[in-house]
Amino acid sequence: MENKNEQQAKVEMNNEEPQKPTIKRRTILKAMAGVPVLGVFGLELAGKMAYDNEKSNRIVKELGLENLQAPTVIKSSSNKKDLLRIGIIGYGNRAVTLVNGLGYLHPDDEKRRRANGSLKDWLAQENVNAEITGICDVFDLHAENGLATARNPTRPGGGVSANLPVKRYRSYQEMLDDKEIDAVMIATPDHHHAPISTAAAKAGKHVYCEKSVAHSEEQLFELYNTIKESKIVYQLGHQIPQSVIFEQAKEIIKKNLLGKISLVETTTNRNSAEGAWIRNLDSKGNPKPGDEKTIDWAQWLGHAPKVPFSLDRYYNWTKFFDYDLGLIGQLFTHEFDAINQLLRIGIPKSAVSSGGIYYWKDNRDMADVLQCAFEYPDRELTLLYSATLANSRSRGRVFMGHDASMELGSTITLTADADSTRYKKQIASGLINPSQPMASFNPNSGKVDAITSATQKYYASRGLINTTINGRPVDLTYLHIKEWIDCIRNGGTTSANIERAFEEGVTCLMAHKSYVEKRRVEWDHVNKKIV
Amino acid sequence: MYTPIQRYALVVLRMLIGWHILFEGFSKLLASNWSSLGFLRESKWLLSGFSHWIISHPGVLQAVDFLNTWGLIAIGLGLILGLFTRVAAISGAILLFTYYLNNPPLIGLEYSVPTEGSYLIVSKTLIEAVALVLLAVFPSGLFAGLDLLVNKYWNRNHKKEE
Repeated sequence: MENKNEQQAKVEMNNEEPQKPTIKRRTILKAMAGVPVLGVFGLELAGKMAYDNEKSNRIVKELGLENLQAPTVIKSSSNKKDLLRIGIIGYGNRAVTLVNGLGYLHPDDEKRRRANGSLKDWLAQENVNAEITGICDVFDLHAENGLATARNPTRPGGGVSANLPVKRYRSYQEMLDDKEIDAVMIATPDHHHAPISTAAAKAGKHVYCEKSVAHSEEQLFELYNTIKESKIVYQLGHQIPQSVIFEQAKEIIKKNLLGKISLVETTTNRNSAEGAWIRNLDSKGNPKPGDEKTIDWAQWLGHAPKVPFSLDRYYNWTKFFDYDLGLIGQLFTHEFDAINQLLRIGIPKSAVSSGGIYYWKDNRDMADVLQCAFEYPDRELTLLYSATLANSRSRGRVFMGHDASMELGSTITLTADADSTRYKKQIASGLINPSQPMASFNPNSGKVDAITSATQKYYASRGLINTTINGRPVDLTYLHIKEWIDCIRNGGTTSANIERAFEEGVTCLMAHKSYVEKRRVEWDHVNKKIV
Repeated sequence: MYTPIQRYALVVLRMLIGWHILFEGFSKLLASNWSSLGFLRESKWLLSGFSHWIISHPGVLQAVDFLNTWGLIAIGLGLILGLFTRVAAISGAILLFTYYLNNPPLIGLEYSVPTEGSYLIVSKTLIEAVALVLLAVFPSGLFAGLDLLVNKYWNRNHKKEE
């Protein structure tokens, strides 16, 4: 055999023209040395892919997650482009974000965004075809900012400004009396939310109101009854459930992958003066502007107790129970809504709050360390809220079931319980490892991923990936506003409608009452009263 | 000029490094949501400014991800097959040295991702980079590799022109 080949090679060599250098067989063999190595590599790679795929598919199938796809498009609004004239009541920081979602930018912000490259993402947002025609703020400086923004003709999504005149209103009553306003967005301090929302509904204006919903039981009941009797569209400002992963979370709950959920734990973790609502100084440490001449103090106070003008109260109103419910009103509201949208738990049977002012020892009323426990005996479930303003360790939002836990943040991580009944076999066979997440959903990858490699596990747990639709960052507030406007034009129910708002309002007021009165409070659902 | 054992040792080293780099490339290609974002975010020392500039520009980040993945695959193929070995080895050394400079185990630099070994200044990445320099300065593609054919072909054409 060898000899024959060599002979053949010799023959071939002899056939070649004599002046050409020849390539010996031995040289070719040496040249090809890498080919078999590459062949083995290919086989091994295919084997590894098949193994990973099979493992991932098995977990995905076991969990019934095959059809859990991320939405890749935002549902376009209808063609109805009838004019919607919007008035903004309260033009502080939050209003700036709201009008950005509505399709408005202050000229300075536009310049800044153009310079840092973030204008493109904003311009890609769909234009919701709403015109801001009124601004109401008790502080001249804020009102001026609002007017300048409303008059800037730049619109996202190729929209064109209708160039309507923009009016400044000195009071919200004046704005609500005006027939030229169809809807209002309310971003005032919290003690005004319910009274203004109620008055707006009575005047037939649609309402988008920031949380919290109401500052007292009387306000809440009056608001609820007024909205129920009116035909307006009400939306409370909770944008978190607009995140694309929320639909997946709903499916996970619906498919009962967690088993019986008996504990939901949600947290607030902050550790800065800004985070503790000390906001009367600018970034350079200088006092922010404002005095009695430029701020209509009597109107700012509204029905709150009369006190002398104070920039501390004006900028740091969250610290005082006269204007707000503290952590409960500012942050637990968002947590409650996120959980209520998923589990529909509604109003708890009882609430117990405890905490104190342990770190930010200024003139505040609100606790800076706070725990609230809510009991749902009918649902056989406890909701626990734990908040601190003196430590920012991320503690997440976790739904704990007999079979698995789900951590819901900017990503979803699903981890089986070591003593789960449902996953007992898979845990025994090694398919599911209870000390590691068994699946994660990450809006960037566009699909459910049973986790296979250590790196992926690491990124999933740290939430390094943004919430995106089709690879483009999308503003959640914009989606929430868009839902409200679509409902105004086409009918339908908003996600944070008055029923959800009422449940949230009662829950928050129960927690607050418990903290203030240092006792366990209950909801009397027959007489509709907190006792 | 070289003893057979010297030749074999270099070729084996080249193929092992090629295998490793090729699989690094493929594993990034196959992980649909892989991005260098996490690695670059952790960047410390000399290149941290540059890395943070990359991640703050989504277009640049995408380009870096693409070039990194396909660069690794090309280098891996070159090393295993012994094709354009010197170019592959030098590019690989530069790439690995860039990784090293982004997270060198220097005293005082702390990373949130734990390393899989214990390193002080010298890490496996640095050793692999230097091993590639070694391969680049020896004609290992001519010991065993497609460079033999490339070389022959080139020489033949060269002679014709003369």
